[in-house]
Amino acid sequence: MFLQSLPMVFILAGLALYVVLGGADLGAGFWQLAAARSPDGRRIREFAHRAMAPVWETNHVWLIFILTVLWTSYPKAFGSIASTLAVPLFIALLGILSRGAAYALREGAKTPRESGRIDTIFAVSSILVPFALGTAVGAIATNRVPVGNAAGDMWSSWLNPTSIAIGTLAVATSAYLAAVYLAADAAHDEVRTLERDFRLRALGSGVIVGALAAGAIFVVEGDDHTLFHSLVTGRALPAVIVSALAGFATLALVYQRRYELARYIASLAVCAVVVGWALARWPTILPNLTVHQAAADHDTLVCVVVAVLGGAVILFPALVLLFRLTLSGRFRGGELRVVEPASVALATVNVRRRARLAVASLIAGFGLLNIADATWAHAIGVAGLFAFVILAFSAIVIPAIDEPVDSR
Amino acid sequence: MITHFTATAFPAVNQHYLLQARQMQALSFAVHIPLVAFGISFPAMVLFVEWLGHRRRDDLYLTLARRWSKVMVTLFAVGVITGTVLSFEMGLLWPNFTGTFGGVFGLGFTLEGFSFFLEAIFIGIYVYGWRRLSPRAHLMSGIPIVITGVTGSLLVIAVNAWMNHPGGFTLHNGKVADVDPLRALFGNSYLWHELIHMYVAAYIVSGFIVAACYAFCRLRGRWTRYERTALKIPLTIAALAAPTQILVGDWAARDVAEKQPVKLAAIEGLYKTTRGASEHVLGWYSGNQLKGAIAIPHLLSILTDHSWNGTVQGLDSVPANQRPPVNVVHWAFQTMVGIGTLLATVGLVYLAIWIWRRRLPASPLFYCAVVACGPLAAVALIAGWVVTEVGRQPWVVYRVMPTAAAVTGAHGIPVGYGVLASAYVVVAGGLVWVLRRLARTPLDLSVEPPSELKAA
Repeated sequence: MFLQSLPMVFILAGLALYVVLGGADLGAGFWQLAAARSPDGRRIREFAHRAMAPVWETNHVWLIFILTVLWTSYPKAFGSIASTLAVPLFIALLGILSRGAAYALREGAKTPRESGRIDTIFAVSSILVPFALGTAVGAIATNRVPVGNAAGDMWSSWLNPTSIAIGTLAVATSAYLAAVYLAADAAHDEVRTLERDFRLRALGSGVIVGALAAGAIFVVEGDDHTLFHSLVTGRALPAVIVSALAGFATLALVYQRRYELARYIASLAVCAVVVGWALARWPTILPNLTVHQAAADHDTLVCVVVAVLGGAVILFPALVLLFRLTLSGRFRGGELRVVEPASVALATVNVRRRARLAVASLIAGFGLLNIADATWAHAIGVAGLFAFVILAFSAIVIPAIDEPVDSR
Repeated sequence: MITHFTATAFPAVNQHYLLQARQMQALSFAVHIPLVAFGISFPAMVLFVEWLGHRRRDDLYLTLARRWSKVMVTLFAVGVITGTVLSFEMGLLWPNFTGTFGGVFGLGFTLEGFSFFLEAIFIGIYVYGWRRLSPRAHLMSGIPIVITGVTGSLLVIAVNAWMNHPGGFTLHNGKVADVDPLRALFGNSYLWHELIHMYVAAYIVSGFIVAACYAFCRLRGRWTRYERTALKIPLTIAALAAPTQILVGDWAARDVAEKQPVKLAAIEGLYKTTRGASEHVLGWYSGNQLKGAIAIPHLLSILTDHSWNGTVQGLDSVPANQRPPVNVVHWAFQTMVGIGTLLATVGLVYLAIWIWRRRLPASPLFYCAVVACGPLAAVALIAGWVVTEVGRQPWVVYRVMPTAAAVTGAHGIPVGYGVLASAYVVVAGGLVWVLRRLARTPLDLSVEPPSELKAA
């Protein structure tokens, strides 16, 4: 049972990280849309863009992580969810597509008018994505996705009171997280006007998120009583309380301008919601499908667990490096001038020897890959061909590019 | 009936738009794969140029590397979203494929997720770290991008190789059992030729496309040391890789002949199982024979079996409903091989002139050819994947699950297809616009102005 549950724990952890990191990324788009078409508004859009541009791709990968672990470890659940919820997932996909394209296009924007237009596409899709994914979560949480290939209703599964409440809450939460993070970044960079702007936005959106969350609980009461029951009296209650307390604490911290701590407490408030959902439904994923029943074969699960834990060992130092460089403001500031002295020639390579070795590798590669039939011969043959390309490349390119620096 | 082989997690559904679902998937692949080619090979070229710049203390190379790195991150961003489309389509279009076999092949994507993570992290560091990290740290931050470009494609191709040559599980009454995901993905002999063929193709495609841009500059009369350097590096790689690919392709074809004889028969338009089979060039397949083709006696047997009278299995070895659409596969193959031969010829001309004359070709005709080779290389790449994917039909998992059994039961595939196709047109237009902008923006070597935000 432990082995069968472990990948689900990874998925939920991935979901929490996606909501916290990817959510802030999406929320930055919300503030870009809400910013006025004035120089002040432009500064807000520019700052939000600069803060997110180095990290958005990484934040987005959490979603891919959730999908791949889900379809590997609980294939039946994945197939059922993706087929019944095809519409909201497709809408989210279109949003992701436009957002990514907007990031790519912004590199080419020259005038404020161009970047303003691109920011609008970006911002609209930034709202679409959390809303659509939120409705999908609402559909799963309220047992509207039965097991089977498109077995549930294509529309009512995600267009229902709970789904819409969760979708709206997802948009508001993203905006709130982004405001807290951007206020922290602005405070770090000592840009006082932006700090003031984002602080006000964080306080305002924080109050709205609190109100929406409270409202969502009443919506759930009318829509799915068992879920409501476990949220307010059952085992999910501790998580709901933690989330509420952390939410209030964040507001107080933002009010006192203690942003660094606010960043983490705000994330805790959001993670607690994910934990609450999981506790309320555990161990069922879909109606009549428990984590245990949905789980893939034993060997697959062992491989997934080893892969995720092993991957995490490599991933986390890299993530820490990226976030340290980003949060320290190093990627937002100006550049250092590296003084490069005049050109020096490369140490000359022995072109003739390399060329002879390249030809020898080519002949060996051809013989072993194309004439011989044994597998081991093919492996060495491929290596021979690679050696040929690398040796020949170095023999040709280094003399070929060796021109006097001032030649025109 | 093919249902005899079928394994399935969910009961059968009735989907009228299977062909549209397949086309939507094919479109998504065709858009994504050239970007993958850049993801595999371009970082290595950028890093090589940056290394040259530091080594020779020459700003020209650093300027070139920096401009290329802007292109690299733009293509990566578009690759991220087109790749996301593919991962969503695994569920949106083929829920029964993923629902049935996710436990067998899914591990490849889980691992690929980590590879993708590291790639995204270090691309962020590399691109935003220009002149904000020390030259050495900056160069080092690019190395993981090169490595993850290779591992990412290895893991995805491992899944594709498994679909073509499935193993690592057994079927008990239509249920998947005894799953060994490591054997399914990495114990598969079919993986290696696919991977190497794609890896070499990646260098050909990005090499020729990048070279094509600077060959175009030469034709327009802009031909300073900057353009010459920017042409020589990718063109040399592509010129060496293109002839090498012919040898790799020969190996790949022999592996296909052994493990997927029906695909080979479709490639060749060979209906009857034949001893001493001829190789056929061009021709149109109809009424169980290839018409108007040029036959080269015994060559097919020699190539696939290394013997004069080797037997080559024909399409007649399986019932008609288990054969792929022959003309699509045959012509995709002709396109790939035809273009591949052209690319290798252009490459050899370039190499020959360098070896004997120690200079670049002088004729404008040569530069016109290089300009044409850029897009043609991408066409050959896509044609090659058409051979693999359409050649596997009617199976999604070769001889285990028919594509018709994998498809979603959801409605509205044509709507999704139309919307996605329009979105791709817009993204492609945007990509062309931004790349032209990046190419025109003068990259001045002095410091970029500090952030305007501080002034506020």
